[in-house]
Amino acid sequence: MEATLQAGDGFAIQAECVSRHFQMGGTLIRAVDEVTLSIRKGEFVGLLGSSGSGKSTLLNLMAGLDRPTSGTMTAGGRNLAELSSRELARYRNQTAGMVFQAFNLLPRMTLEENVELPLRLAEVDRGERAGRVREALERVHLENRSGHRPGELSGGEQQRAAIARALVNRPAILFADEPTGNLDSATGEEILNLLREINQTLAATIVLVTHERPLAERFAGRTAFLRDGKLAAA
Amino acid sequence: MKVRDLAELAARNLREALLRNSLTTLGIAVGIASLVAMLSLGVGLQRLATERLEQSGLFNAVFVRPDSGLRRFGGRPDSTPPAKTAPLDLKARQAIAHLADVQEVYPQVRFLTEIRYEGNSYPTAIAGIPESDRSGGAFDGMQGRFFSSPTADEAILQIGFAQRLAPQPETLIGRQIIVRYAKRQPLAAAESKKGPANAGSSPGGPAEGFSIVLQETRLQIVGIVKTDPEGFGGFGRGQLFVPLGVAEALHATQSTDLRQVLRGSGPEPTYAALTVRVTRPTQVAAVEATIKKMGFETFSLLDTTRNLRLFFTVFDLLLGIFGGLALVVATLGIVNTLVMAILERRREIGVLKALGAADGDVRQLFFSEAAVMGLLGGIFGTGLGWAIGRALTFGTDLYLRRRNLPAVDISFVPWWLALGAVVFAVAVSLLAGIYPASRAARLDPVEALRYE
Repeated sequence: MEATLQAGDGFAIQAECVSRHFQMGGTLIRAVDEVTLSIRKGEFVGLLGSSGSGKSTLLNLMAGLDRPTSGTMTAGGRNLAELSSRELARYRNQTAGMVFQAFNLLPRMTLEENVELPLRLAEVDRGERAGRVREALERVHLENRSGHRPGELSGGEQQRAAIARALVNRPAILFADEPTGNLDSATGEEILNLLREINQTLAATIVLVTHERPLAERFAGRTAFLRDGKLAAA
Repeated sequence: MKVRDLAELAARNLREALLRNSLTTLGIAVGIASLVAMLSLGVGLQRLATERLEQSGLFNAVFVRPDSGLRRFGGRPDSTPPAKTAPLDLKARQAIAHLADVQEVYPQVRFLTEIRYEGNSYPTAIAGIPESDRSGGAFDGMQGRFFSSPTADEAILQIGFAQRLAPQPETLIGRQIIVRYAKRQPLAAAESKKGPANAGSSPGGPAEGFSIVLQETRLQIVGIVKTDPEGFGGFGRGQLFVPLGVAEALHATQSTDLRQVLRGSGPEPTYAALTVRVTRPTQVAAVEATIKKMGFETFSLLDTTRNLRLFFTVFDLLLGIFGGLALVVATLGIVNTLVMAILERRREIGVLKALGAADGDVRQLFFSEAAVMGLLGGIFGTGLGWAIGRALTFGTDLYLRRRNLPAVDISFVPWWLALGAVVFAVAVSLLAGIYPASRAARLDPVEALRYE
């Protein structure tokens, strides 16, 4: 079953008949199978599904970390599948922000340095970087922990730092892959509140992958369900 | 990514695995050190040989003789006969001295003598030594000293001859010897004295030629030399050396005198041979050609120096190959370290890519790390190679001093070797980094992020 929204200028991302297949020995795995989904600018969408349903694979395709086997994935008017490796990297750096379940902060760098990384990759001037990093850390209320390393922080703080890193380049879309998966429920709620705040104050589009339906329904403006790689409902 | 950011990230990554990266850098350093030490030895030995030969005056010397019409110097088949023949006299000496790039011209004065010492006679040959030989190295390590002045009535004995005079040659220093020789005397003066022999007076014509008169002079022995100071250029090999000024002032009969009489070239004495010292060895060929055009036979060791340079080029190449073997091992170390780093930093590479690092950024990051290791290894290795060379020189000096021989510098690191070694280290490291860097750049970010 497919859920289709009207395509147009108001969309942050549009997937049309997007498939992602993997060959595992003699078996073809259809991780994402002909999914068509459009997400409006400024929307908070929750992608729900059980483990192995293909929601993370779809998120990776939307975030430009992977390329579809077939179909078109349009973001900012450009088909991600047709972008060169460098252009796709630029998309990940400038347009998309990524938050992972495992935080993925670099352990030997301080929070400040971790948050600064996307700015280094974007070749932002040094003079401008400090202000942008401070601003991002203030937004997640970690300005006082900027000199600490990830190992010195709680899980919630680490995820907030990861959100700050994802936000520092002022992306149009924030992709969050099970951001509460490694956190207790109270901290998880805190993180989702932060995402909602970002969605409302910065008008950033947020795509949240989670298997916790109640949370998704509470925080996301719209939810989409994936089952066996196919969009079951939106 | 900007170069400064790239360098900072590379330095940070290298610091994170400090021990392993230090050991890899040390591997490069040892490779470069062995290369530098080997090549510095080759360069040092070449420099030593060149210096010694230049000091000996063989590299920058042209030996000139009047055209004898006989077999040429050195018997070289390619030596072309001079276009005309001319007497090798004072006029010719002055003309040669005025040629471009000629530093010094002096005659080879050698003549037969009879030495009287403690009532015994010893036949030998005397050779005149120019003042410039004082610093030439040929008299290094001699017993006693060099002549006090270019006109001092002093003699230096060759060790072999000195041993004939006294079983313990060092006792000869400071002693006097009598030198008996055949003096060439202008004919008129000889005739008035009714000398024992005369030559060259043409019957009925003006007197042409000279008389030969037996003369004696006293010389003080000031030194004994073990080497042959006349080097390769000697003819008739002197065993007793006097200042050139003294030898010339004695007006002893030379081997060329007879030929001069036969030619009827006048009463002015001619030289058996002249040594022409040229400013630089590279000018030898040009000066030699000019002198040949003037009508004289010439000989130089230019061909020998070419062969010597060829020998050292091959020698350096062989030393370089041996030194390079250590560098090959070091290169494998870099490849291993960087490949290990990819495995360890797989997730980090994934995060970087997720944050927007392009394949090129990741490749450059790994290349930078290889280059930094190469640069540090190159600088440290060059220093270490230099130190090894100094240690070898120190050891050689100790050995030579124990045998009462003068110290020599057998190792030398010229600026081009130091710079070349560092550049080479970086280049080799970058080469070693190609495979790991490409592998890291090609990593699929999704796969890399999944890696635990």
